[in-house]
Amino acid sequence: MDTAVHEAEGDFSPRDWAQHPPYLSPLYKSTVLRSPRKPLIPMKQCLSVRSGPVFGHDSVDPLDNDLTKNGRVNGEPIGERMIVTGRVLDESGRPVPHTLLEIWQANACGRYVHRWDQHDAPLDPNFFGAGRCITDAEGRYRFTTIKPGAYPWGNHHNAWRPAHIHFSLFGPSFLTRLVTQMYFPGDPLLLLDPIYNGVPEGARELLISRFSIDVTEPVWALGYEFDIVLRGRQATPMEG
Amino acid sequence: MSQMLKQTPSQTVGPYFAYAWTPELYGRRPLATNRLATRDMPGEHIRIEGVVYDGEGAPIRDCVVEIWQAGADGKHAPGAAGFGRCGTNDAGYYFFDTVKPGACDPGHAPHIAVTVFARGMLSHAFTRLHFSDEVAANAADPVLTTVPADRRDTLIARRAELPGGVVYRFDIRLQGAGETVFFDC
Repeated sequence: MDTAVHEAEGDFSPRDWAQHPPYLSPLYKSTVLRSPRKPLIPMKQCLSVRSGPVFGHDSVDPLDNDLTKNGRVNGEPIGERMIVTGRVLDESGRPVPHTLLEIWQANACGRYVHRWDQHDAPLDPNFFGAGRCITDAEGRYRFTTIKPGAYPWGNHHNAWRPAHIHFSLFGPSFLTRLVTQMYFPGDPLLLLDPIYNGVPEGARELLISRFSIDVTEPVWALGYEFDIVLRGRQATPMEG
Repeated sequence: MSQMLKQTPSQTVGPYFAYAWTPELYGRRPLATNRLATRDMPGEHIRIEGVVYDGEGAPIRDCVVEIWQAGADGKHAPGAAGFGRCGTNDAGYYFFDTVKPGACDPGHAPHIAVTVFARGMLSHAFTRLHFSDEVAANAADPVLTTVPADRRDTLIARRAELPGGVVYRFDIRLQGAGETVFFDC
C-alpha cells in the first residue's frame, strides 16, 4: 500500500439501498445463511471512515492492466481480445481520479485460475485473469483482456453465470468501497441469474457494459465501456 | 451542480477472488496484506484474530475481512498502519498483525473500521472493532452507545496476553445468535 491517505471533508451520501441488493436474496442460495438479519444501525460518519487508503502508481505494475500479457507463459491467451474502459464518477458526476481498480475473471472457456474451481473446462496457461489499474485525472481506467466465458454453478439445476468481470474499487474513503460485477449486453443468461437479479430491478442495467465501436481497435480487440458511480459527498462545497 | 447519477449496484465477490486479492499462493505480489505493522512502528504491537461464521455457526472459508485504522497516535498518516486485507482460511480464520490504534476522533474510543465480503453477500457489511481494555472510553463512545446494550459485546475484541504477544479476539457472526452489529453509514 502507498503511504498517502485521503482525508475526506464532509459526509458521504448514504448507501442507496434502492440501488444495492439486499443481504437476503433467497434465489441466490448462499445468501440465506450469510445475510445479516438484524437491521443495520445508523452510524454517524467520523474520520475513521471518511478517510481511506490511497494506492499509488507504484503499487501497480506496468502490465497489471493488460490481462492478455500479464499471465503469459509461452504464448498468447486464447479467446476474444477485448478492451474495457470507462470512468469512475461520484454521484454528482465528478471524476474519481487516482483510485485503484482491481478486476478478476474467468478465462474464455469459463474457468478461473482459482484452485477451488473444478469446472470441466480448460485452464489457459497464458491467462491468469486478474488485473489492476489506477484511474487518471479524469477518473478514466482501461483494461485489455480476454472476453470471459459463462460457466455453470451449483445454485440450482442447470444454473449458469452470465459472462462477467469482477470489479473492486476504493474511491476516496473507506465508505466508498465497492465490489461489483460487469456484464455484457444482450446476454440471455442475465434474465436467469440470481446474482444479477438480486439487484433492485431499476438499477440492474447499470451493471451491463456497452459495446463501443469507438473503443474497438481495428484488427485487434473489441471495445466495451463501463462507467462506475461511487457514493459522493452529501454537502457539496460552493461550486460554479 | 450536475445531474445526480445513481450509485453502481454492489455484487458479491463470489468464491474465486483469492488469486486477485490475496495472490501470494499464486506467486503474485499482493497489493495489501494482513501484516500492517512494521517492526519499528510506534505503538503496542497486537494481533487481531477471529473466525467468520454463518447463520448455522459454520465457519466461512470464502470471506475477506478488510480493516482501516489510525496509528497509535490516532492519526491516519503516511507510514501508519492503515489498510489491511485478509482472506479467511478453511477454518474461517483470519488475523491481522498491527498496532493498537489511538482514538482518531474527539470523544471516540480507539477502534478499527471493518468490512466483510463473502460469497453469498451481495453487498458488503460494515462494522467496527473496539478493544476490551478501553472500558471507560467504550462506555462514552458515541457510536457504541447507539448500539443496544445487549449487542455491544459483538463489537468488543477480547484482549489476551499470551506468551507470543497480545491477541485480541474478534469473531464475526453474519447471522443468528450473537449476530455482529453491522452499520449503515
